[in-house]
Formats: sequence, C-alpha cells, structure tokens
Amino acid sequence: MLRFALQRLFSLAISLVVASLVIFFVIEVIPGDPAAYMLGMNAQPETVAALRRELGLDAGPFARYLAWVGGMLVGDFGTSYTYRVPVSELVLARLGVSLPLTLYALLLSTAIAFPVGLIAAARRGSGLDAGIMGATQLGIAIPNFWFAMLLVLVFAISLQWFSAGGFPGWDKGFWINIKALTLPAVALALPQASILARVMRSAVIETLGQDYIRTARAKGLSQRQSVLRHALRNALIPVLTIIGLQFSFLLAGAIIIENVFFLPGLGRLIFQAITQRDLIVVESVVMLLVFAVILVTFLVDMAYAAADPRLRRRGA
Amino acid sequence: MLGRLKMGLAILALVASPALAQRTDISVGMVLEPPNLDPTSGAAAAIREVTYSNIFEGLTRFGPDGSILPGLAHAWDLSDDGLTYTFHLREGVQFHDGAPFSAEDVVFSLDRARAEDSTNAQKQLFAAIETVTAIDPLTVQVTLSQPQGAFLFNMAWGDAVIMSPASVASNATNPVGTGAFRFVRWVQGDRLELERNPYYWGEAPALERATFRFISDPSAAFAAMMAGDVDAFPNFPAPESLAQFQADPRFNVIVGSTEGETILSMNHQNPALADIRVRQAISHAINRQDIIDGAMFGYGTPIGSHFAPHHPDYLDLTANSPHDPDAARALLAEAGQEGLTLRLMLPPPTYARRGGEIVAAQLREVGIATEITNLEWAQWLEQVFRGHDFDLTIISHTEPMDIGIYARDNYYFQYDSADMKAIMAELEVTSDPDARTALLQAAQRHIADDFVVAFLFQLAKTGVANADIEGLWENAPVPANDLTGVRWAR
Repeated sequence: MLRFALQRLFSLAISLVVASLVIFFVIEVIPGDPAAYMLGMNAQPETVAALRRELGLDAGPFARYLAWVGGMLVGDFGTSYTYRVPVSELVLARLGVSLPLTLYALLLSTAIAFPVGLIAAARRGSGLDAGIMGATQLGIAIPNFWFAMLLVLVFAISLQWFSAGGFPGWDKGFWINIKALTLPAVALALPQASILARVMRSAVIETLGQDYIRTARAKGLSQRQSVLRHALRNALIPVLTIIGLQFSFLLAGAIIIENVFFLPGLGRLIFQAITQRDLIVVESVVMLLVFAVILVTFLVDMAYAAADPRLRRRGA
Repeated sequence: MLGRLKMGLAILALVASPALAQRTDISVGMVLEPPNLDPTSGAAAAIREVTYSNIFEGLTRFGPDGSILPGLAHAWDLSDDGLTYTFHLREGVQFHDGAPFSAEDVVFSLDRARAEDSTNAQKQLFAAIETVTAIDPLTVQVTLSQPQGAFLFNMAWGDAVIMSPASVASNATNPVGTGAFRFVRWVQGDRLELERNPYYWGEAPALERATFRFISDPSAAFAAMMAGDVDAFPNFPAPESLAQFQADPRFNVIVGSTEGETILSMNHQNPALADIRVRQAISHAINRQDIIDGAMFGYGTPIGSHFAPHHPDYLDLTANSPHDPDAARALLAEAGQEGLTLRLMLPPPTYARRGGEIVAAQLREVGIATEITNLEWAQWLEQVFRGHDFDLTIISHTEPMDIGIYARDNYYFQYDSADMKAIMAELEVTSDPDARTALLQAAQRHIADDFVVAFLFQLAKTGVANADIEGLWENAPVPANDLTGVRWAR
C-alpha cells in the first residue's frame, strides 16, 4: 500500500510541474495587457507604463514564472492586479461558496443515485426500471441552466420561498446559507444524479452476472442480501471514478449555475479574471484546480485500493 | 365606547404605519463589479458607480443634469487673466477615518494625480495645472499654465476626487472619503455595503444603508428584480424585458441618456477609408433607427456628430448623413471602391455585437463586404485601440464632453485635421460661454462634414426600480449611482 501511494505521489508531483509551465506560458500568449485594461481608453501611454511598473509586469516572463512558482512553494499566490488583494484571500472566499455547493450537490446526487440505481438494477427489465431509465435520460438531456431558471421562476418569483440568488456569507449563520445554496445545488445535482444512477445500475447489473453472486445466492443469501453485500461493493469502483470526476467538474465548472444564481464562486472568479487579464489570479486559480483534480484522482486511486484489495497487492 | 376606542386605534395605526414602514435601506443591482474602489487609478465605470458622490467627493461635482455644482469647495474665484483659481473649502469636513479635511489634502490629491508616476486614467484632466498651493487650511490656489475653460468641469470628474494621504494607499480595498456614505464591507463577487456617514458635512441622506449587488446575467437580473432581492437596477442589462416591468405597477422603468456616443469608427490609415467619399458612402449606408430598434430594443437617440443630444450646445446634424443607399453606391463608384471588403472588429457590449450584425447587413446592401471578428475587451484595447489594427469597429465613447478626441494625435482612428486641432486649442483657452458654444458647434459641424466616422446613436440609460423609490438619477452625465438624494416614498 505504501509503495503504491509513493508511486502515485511521484506522478502527482510531475503532473504539477508540467501543469504550471503550461498554464503560465499559455496565459502569457493571450493578447491583452492588464494595465491597459484597467486604465481604459483615455489613459496616456506613460500612465499605463507607470501602472505596469507598479504591478511588476515590466519584468520578463521567465523571471515572473520563477517568482510565481517560488511564491507558491511558500504559500504566496501573489496579489490580484485588479482587486489588489492577495490571491489566496480571493480564492479562500470563493471556495467558501464553491466547496459547500459542490459537496451539497454531490451529496444530493449520491443520495438520489444510489438507491435509484440499485433499485433499477435489482428490478432490471421491470416497468419501474424502464421508468427510472426514462427519467434519468431526461435528467441528462435537460440543460442545467434551463432547469435552474425554471427553479428560480417557480420557487423564487412565484412562490417566493427562496431568494433568486446571492450568497449571504457564513458570518450570517449556517442555515441561511444552506438555504441560499439549495436551488443551485438541486440544479447542479439533477444531471449528475442521472449520470451516476445509470452508472450505478449498469455496474451492479454487471456484478450480478458474476460467478460469486451465483455462489452467494447458492449458499442461501436472498437477492437483497447478495446485492447489498456483494454486488454493491464490487460495483463501487466505476461509481467512485464518476464521483471523483464530478467533484472536480463541479468545483470550477459550475460557472453557468453561479451566473444564474449570481453566486460568488470560483467559476465566476476565473471568468472575470480572464476578461480583465488578471493573469496572476487566472494562473493561481487554474493551478489550484489542477492540484485539486490531481489530489482527488489520488484519493480515488487510494479508495480503489481500499475497495479492491487486489490493487494493493499488485502495487500497480 | 369599546368600538370607538378600536376605531381610534385603527386610525392611529393607519397614520403611523407609513412612517414605520418607510424603509431606509436599498439594494442596488450592478452588472459589473468594480475591480477595486480607487477612482483615481482605474478607468472602470463600476468604480464610479459605487464611489462617486457616495464615498468620494471632489472640489466640484456633477448634478443629475450634468451641471457643475459646488462640492468640497463651496465657492471659487477666477483671476482676471484666467490663470488662477482660488477655491474656498467647506468648514467642518472630515474623512471617514476621522482625519480632518483641509487644503493640504487638496494639494496632495491634485499633485498625486499629475505626478510623473501617477496611475490616473484621466491624467490629461490635470495637464493645465502648474501649481497647487494651500493659502490657509480652507483656501487653495490653483494656477494654470494657460486659461482652461473646462477646469471646473474637469475637477468634477470621479478621477479628481480628494483623498487623504493617510488612507490613500488602501483606498482600493477600503475607501476612505468625505462623502455621505462610508464603506462597510465588500464580499468580492457578490456585494458591497455602505452605511450613512453620521459626520457628513452636508444634508444627511435619507438612506441608512445601501448594498450594491453584482449580477451580470440578464435573466438573473430579471429574476432578482422580480423576486425583490434588488430594489433598483439603474443600468438594467435586459432591455427586452423592460416592457414587462413597464406593465407592472410595482416597478418604474427609468429611461435616460448617457454620455456614450456610439460610433462606427473607421481607421483612416486604410487607404480606402482615407478617401472621404468612401467614409461618406458608409455614413449614407447606415440606417440609424434600424440599428437602435434591432440592437437596443428602440432605446437610443440618433446622432449626426460626436455630441450628446441633451447638452445645450448640441446641434442635430443627422440630416448631414441620411440613410441613402443610392448615394452611397454612387459615391463608392466614384471612388472606384466597388467590391470593397473591410474588417469589422466588435468588442463585447450588446450595442457592438448586435449592432455589428445590422451594420454589416446595411453595408452589404451598398456593396461593401465585411469580415466580422468578435473581440474581448482586453483584446480590443490591445489590437484595435493601441495597435490600430482594424478597418471598422463599433464603440461607445462614454466620457463626457469628449469631442476633443478628434483633435488628438495618433488616436486610434488616426484622424488628423489641422482645422479641428485649431478649434479645440481655441476652446481650451476660452471661458466665455457664448464663444464656447460657437466653438463646440463648429467642432460638431467639422467632424460631421468630414465624415470622420459614422455617427450612430447616443447610448440610453435604461433602469428599473421599485415604484416607491425616488431620487435616482435619470441620466448619467458621469457613471454614478448617487444615492445621497434617494429615498423611499412609502
């Protein structure tokens, strides 16, 4: 297990270095100057030059790359050009929205997908199964921003149970924020739950056809017991993979939902930083996301090993 | 007896309830979030939409109609040679951090704005200043290198506000001014909160707290207004749903004008566009009303030169370049430019993207083909504005009284006219109102007759507000959400 973990950690480090190089130099190539953007159309060239000096943009790209990476190694992500506050502060504030939203959506989608997928698998071929498959098909097909707008129309504008969007902030209490995140989380969870339920169903069905299930049934376990004790555990690997992917996707990919509910999440931060050429923010946030994805992949790998002892022994 | 008592109570309740129910807080929607809160080192309109008059004040300020009103200076004298302004400052003014306001702060702020390493986006406003001197704590003398007719106007801009040396370094994130509201907190990406400044020198505002909320998505803006999360949206991003608000008695739709002259700009370095006949042909090919209807849902005023229609010195020159496709084709034939192809670069705003499609269709009508490229702002600034790498572009020039750009050297459209430069140079040193009017009108005529660019329309300001709110600015002489005069009627 230790060797397995070390191997994974090594490839994680290599991925991070490659990612930092790609991110920095790709972003450098994009035309557009943050200082010119900030000062607008009436600014004189010498003013733009003065601001570039103030922001440290007059140094060469390689020097700035080294400064950036060096800073990150000691936990300093630099200072945003436009907001003039440390990037880490910006990102932490946004994570305070994006992370709970992601977890909330994942929790909802797993809570829906597990029972639904299991039931569909256990009752394969029945009317119930067909109904569930149809519903999940619809869940995947519906664009989530449209579903989100529908939720706003019904629950915010007509019924006025929720506000149309926004995020009060954690200092205003726990439940008020959970309430504010509910509609967005539901909108995000629906397609993810549909995907997860289908993956769950097919994974369980596949394991149900295995010899060990027949053995389990033969030694006297009921259908229910064999599904819960044997099929479920073996079906977990593809399901975990999907959950890991969904986590990384939701963390920064919720930008459309963030826009519909005007939530100050990570997706909007990146989008805004790109339009304003707040390069240091883009670079640092993308780097952080890469790190999060790699970390989640690592954790999922570890979870595979926990779920499947054969992986541990092979050391692969 | 009991019945009468009940009735008495009911009447009391009726009388008392409006006063009790009157709200003193407001939530104002904005499309763009300010990048930071220092109006003296950044051009973003959103900075001014939060800070102008609310947090920061200058020596003079703009009123809702664009007139120049006293600000931190309650009066001023101008020497006979037109070179020395003496400003008399208000007494008892203090900054939000408790620091007293004095002439030294004015000296500091103006010197900082015009310093060599200044990052002021409108540094040219201060170009004529030679010295700024504090005579005593309540008197400041500004001497100019040459008379400047627009000096008081310049001092009213958001870029000329007065700051305290003690707080200037942190104004980007924690603005400290002299205004009627002080900064409370900013939840980046979501909202910004202000509260009434109890030590304000002027009349206390009716509002106790104000929250600006940043909502960029048009459908989210619609939902936020409808659900009552936002009380007012002074620059509403979804003109298509204004009719729906108009029909709803809960809301007021406020339509006003901005300082944004929207033009189809032409690069005079392109040999075809250097020919006045081609530029005139393009101007005749344009149907302004179709663009306003198609791209702006009917909101906007056609213009025939680079001047705001609500300004007293405005001349209606739209008849100078009427929609006339036949004339356009004839001019193109005369210039030998049939089959001309031009690159049309479009920045992100709706007026440019939607307007660009319509302009392209109108140009096709007279035989000019266009290649449309959509650009982000940063790209547009780099490629079109700084790099001059374009043939046509659509852009709204939102600075007030900016006809002077046509006299600027090496400005992005590359127009170079000695006559126009002479007019603007004379205007610069003229203070007499009648003479200024004559010069401004001559300038409008000059660029219209030269067909420097195709003048399209004045950008409208379309806002939505709760019907009970009074005192929001109808027009936008400068980008601002001045909340000092805003109150709830009920």
